[in-house]
Amino acid sequence: MTLTIENVHKTFADGTQALKATNLQVADGEILSLLGPSGCGKTTLLRIIAGLEQPDRGGRLLFDDMEVTELAVKNRNVGMVFQSYALFPNMSVHANIEYGLIVRRVPKAERLERVAELLSLCRLKDYAARSITALSGGQGQRVSLARAMAPRPKILLLDEPLSALDAALRDQLRDELAAMLRQFNISAVFVTHDQAEAMAIADRIAVMSEGSIQQIGSPQELYHAPASRFVARFIGKAMPLAGTWAGQTLQLKGGALDVPGASPHTDIYVRSESLKVDPGGMLAGLVQSVTFSGGHYRLGLSGLTDSPELIYAHSYGKIAPVVGSTVRLTVEPNDLIHL
Amino acid sequence: MRKSSAWYLQLAVTLLAAAFLIVPALQSILAGLTVSYFRGLSSGLTLKWLAEVWELYSGSIFLSLWIAFMCLLVTLLIGVPSAYALARNPGRWSRMLEEFISLPLAVPGLALALALLQLYGTMKGFRTSWAFILVGHVIYTLPFMVRSVLAVLMAMDFRTLEESAATLGASPVTRFWTIIVPNAMPGILAGALTVVTLSIGEFNLTWMLHTPYLKTLPVGLADSYASMRLEIASAYTLVFSS
Repeated sequence: MTLTIENVHKTFADGTQALKATNLQVADGEILSLLGPSGCGKTTLLRIIAGLEQPDRGGRLLFDDMEVTELAVKNRNVGMVFQSYALFPNMSVHANIEYGLIVRRVPKAERLERVAELLSLCRLKDYAARSITALSGGQGQRVSLARAMAPRPKILLLDEPLSALDAALRDQLRDELAAMLRQFNISAVFVTHDQAEAMAIADRIAVMSEGSIQQIGSPQELYHAPASRFVARFIGKAMPLAGTWAGQTLQLKGGALDVPGASPHTDIYVRSESLKVDPGGMLAGLVQSVTFSGGHYRLGLSGLTDSPELIYAHSYGKIAPVVGSTVRLTVEPNDLIHL
Repeated sequence: MRKSSAWYLQLAVTLLAAAFLIVPALQSILAGLTVSYFRGLSSGLTLKWLAEVWELYSGSIFLSLWIAFMCLLVTLLIGVPSAYALARNPGRWSRMLEEFISLPLAVPGLALALALLQLYGTMKGFRTSWAFILVGHVIYTLPFMVRSVLAVLMAMDFRTLEESAATLGASPVTRFWTIIVPNAMPGILAGALTVVTLSIGEFNLTWMLHTPYLKTLPVGLADSYASMRLEIASAYTLVFSS
């Protein structure tokens, strides 16, 4: 099913403009992520698609060619997975998954067949009779997903599906969730504030800020070619290199950077993973902080640019530079971001 | 571990307080089973007082049970949906309405009864029927049902549960019966127990509203204390306790 969002905007009763005029299309079978900090309007947009909120007049919502703007929640046939999973405490796992089918008066034989199918797909066969209060976080998430999928919805909506889990579980379940969504072969929109989650699961990401979409594209596009300062900072935490231009060379406090093909008014951004410690490098900085991150050290450097903010670089190897020492850095021109 | 003198003192106080409460009750029960109260246990034990109570007041006993049952039914029908509506709309009006429903708790039962008499006293048919007493009981017990259910509803995030049920295709009525009521059951049961207990024991209101043909259990008790032998009254208390 193709989802079309036309001119949808929402201002709440107390005056907050949660969502500015938004246009979006989700193709059949595509997984789209709404990514952004809290308060950017992503959850509002998701709830409007579900029908739990009504968009302001002028906004249109289309499922394939059918207009659903005025259609009630229960008739939209969307599957929704809530942040807290919202499993019904008075029912077992089996009954929870069956609920959508019972409500739609699906005959018993078909019901049981479909629930069994989902139980095995989501690896919940052993938990069918369990009460939902006896489930772990990961199991709860799978039940919630199975329940949403049971009535064969047109689109799957997920509200921060992994934020209720602890960090260790999150990585593992991220891959599982991605695999399950692909297996269902259904259009899906999920909301998250975690960029790693968005990049791992989504086909396309819509980065949102303050009620509007800043940029939509594949994870690779957003990472390598951000269209705005916000996107560059939000995805991969790119840092601005503030200096003066001399032709094709950027003159920084800590050295000169050759940037072939740059125009004089572009801002140059770089990510910490692109700045490598190199004794023969063209840039130099003073080490202010050293943080161990497992595979590498994260160095906070001053004196590289005109701005007082620290520039972060990665140092590989077992021994890190000490605080107070000067290090030389190198960066590939291809890794620089032009804005 | 050697017990300190403070511990013994505490034990003594506790036992004394317990005795203060239990001994009169035991005396009363005993009085209902002895042949003569004035001669005490030495006169022998008998069940004839219980039999007399049954003969005189079985009507009241059944009436009390019937009114309690009807009161429960009415408070369930009115109270549960009201609590749900109040929980869904937590605004200023809801809080005011909740306070309004709870007013009868602050007003003495006699005053409530007087108000009812003034308002409906002239409606001859209604005034002499058990429904009149029922109205008084419902006014008095409704806040307990509403509050009990409301407390349970406020403690759980029923709104998200309802939203998820809605996305699965459930209409508001279906959601009420399959999600709200089962999950509010602890509150409903607690409320039901309170309502039935209060209704059976309700005296102030009922005393003012009753007619000779409409005596409930507590009213009958007052009646028997006032006009019958002490043994009968005590036997009545025993019936009440069971």
